[in-house]
Amino acid sequence: MYKREETKLVQVPSPNKIPERDIDKAPILEVAHLGIDFGGLTAVDDFNIAIGRTEIAGLIGPNGAGKTTVFNLLTKVYQPTRGTIMLDGVDTAHMNSMQANRAGIARTFQNIRLFDKLTVEDNVKVGLHNHNTYTAIEGVLRLPRYWSTEKKMHERALDLLSIFDMQDMANVPAGSLPYGAQRRLEIVRALATEPKLLLLDEPAAGMNPSETSELMENITKIRDTFHIAILLIEHDMNLVMGICEGIAVLNFGKIIAKGTPSEIQNDPQVIEAYLGKKKEA
Amino acid sequence: MKMKKLSPASRSGFINYAIVLVFFAVFQTLLSTGNLSNNFTGQLIPICAYVVMAISLNLVVGISGELSLGHAGFMSIGAFTGVIVSMSLQSSVSSAPLRLLAAIVAGTLVAAVAGVIIGVPVLRLNGDYLAIVTLAFGEIIKNILNCLYVGVDGKGLHISMKDANALNLDENGLVILKGPMGATGITKLSGFVSGIILVLIALFIIQNFVNSRSGRAIKAIRDNRIAAEASGLNVIKYKMMAFVISAAMAGAAGALYALNYSTVVPKKFDFNTSILILVFVVLGGIGNMRGSIISAAILTVLPELLREFRDYRMLIYAIVLILVMLITNNPSAKAFIHRIFGRRRDEDAEKGGA
Repeated sequence: MYKREETKLVQVPSPNKIPERDIDKAPILEVAHLGIDFGGLTAVDDFNIAIGRTEIAGLIGPNGAGKTTVFNLLTKVYQPTRGTIMLDGVDTAHMNSMQANRAGIARTFQNIRLFDKLTVEDNVKVGLHNHNTYTAIEGVLRLPRYWSTEKKMHERALDLLSIFDMQDMANVPAGSLPYGAQRRLEIVRALATEPKLLLLDEPAAGMNPSETSELMENITKIRDTFHIAILLIEHDMNLVMGICEGIAVLNFGKIIAKGTPSEIQNDPQVIEAYLGKKKEA
Repeated sequence: MKMKKLSPASRSGFINYAIVLVFFAVFQTLLSTGNLSNNFTGQLIPICAYVVMAISLNLVVGISGELSLGHAGFMSIGAFTGVIVSMSLQSSVSSAPLRLLAAIVAGTLVAAVAGVIIGVPVLRLNGDYLAIVTLAFGEIIKNILNCLYVGVDGKGLHISMKDANALNLDENGLVILKGPMGATGITKLSGFVSGIILVLIALFIIQNFVNSRSGRAIKAIRDNRIAAEASGLNVIKYKMMAFVISAAMAGAAGALYALNYSTVVPKKFDFNTSILILVFVVLGGIGNMRGSIISAAILTVLPELLREFRDYRMLIYAIVLILVMLITNNPSAKAFIHRIFGRRRDEDAEKGGA
């Protein structure tokens, strides 16, 4: 549907390493010089990153650093003021949020955005919407394709819910789920759109340590079963350092460090951003 | 065939068909045995028309989550299109049901086109713009029809915005619309049976639409527009779909309604009528089709039933509305209703959860 343009080579400035196994394939996401201004305020500036096809990458930084703004730029909730976003070799410049999703980028939200009055199963089915189609007329007249597609969607939805062991909640309204389950349902819904790149905005927020470690296993499992790249924002450093292969640190809208977890942990600029500068005596 | 378990949605849908059919059976029996007062008989077709209006408005207000204040405008378009079509076919088509069908289909189509015209610019906006524009639309339609003259003769349709003489009809021509006087001398084509059929068709379309892929998308957009876009839904397309289907059905209801009377004036479909239909929807429960059906039926006959109170009629009508709203929102009243119907509800919930 959307014209796939010839793969342009984007020169990502100060390239970060992508995992060894993805090195011979083009990165799934290449972002160069991305920036956005809100009036006179520059929220994000000169944001550059490349993410491998099956990489789990992390985006961290102090509160207000612009992490969620980056997500909103990548998913085209905001249109960038500057820079290019190449998703799987396709420039997303002319796309809106819906088209970005169809091009292969799905996300969850920091402040959960579920379809509260729909059931858990229907929430997932909305994610499946674009890959299981029949026309409105077929739906109204209940033609065979309605039944076969709906059956397929039902099975697929339960299948996806089983990642987080949520099949039993399929008929519950999403709004009445406990907080942790709502976060997990958002991930399932995003996965249902068959993304190539999954963006998770604070997936472990509000979870206790045992739930968090379960979530870590599941994120890795999702990457391994679906063969997709995952970029996540998270404040829980155990999670970030535990599963991310590459990490970018954002402060005041700019990347201040990129590297592996161990590199980031020892980076003086990162320590300064999080803990402040030691006063010279 | 081994019956697979009905989903709660389709079971509730079948109950709605059953309610309409029982209503039909009861009143058809009363009608044929002559046990229905003239006053009440005259209300049967308006009930059908208003039920269709209410469920179609519920598609926009309840399912799509947009406020439309000009639903009577679409009804008006359907009504006068229907009248024009049926009267111009009077000489060529002798079968009355066929003329009624043509009138309703034409009313549906023209109202749908009007829905597209309103929807294209407005549904791109967020918030209350739809309410404002549909409100204006209803008034515009009323005022246009107030000065529209339409006539028919051997050469076809003549349209004028000035007066009946400007139509230049030949001597056996027929003036159909006479501006503020509306349409007069309409042959009554609608019947109770056709009204019930229209209600059933409208229910069928809306219920199946709501419980399909498209309906799910519309409800998702209502619940969270940003998440719906991020899930790859075409927000404008689905809002448009709900709005146009709703407008089309209002057109059908309008044609049915108009062809029940010998005279119809544009003033009948004013802002008050739009609000009346919105009251049906709100009182029946937003998003609840069964509630819309029942409240539309009851509130259409209520003013007639209250005739013996003469001058206090509308006062009592208003009090009834307020009481219903208070009671349906009162926790202890809800608990009381739950106690009476509780057993049945619990069974429902169990089945629904299984």
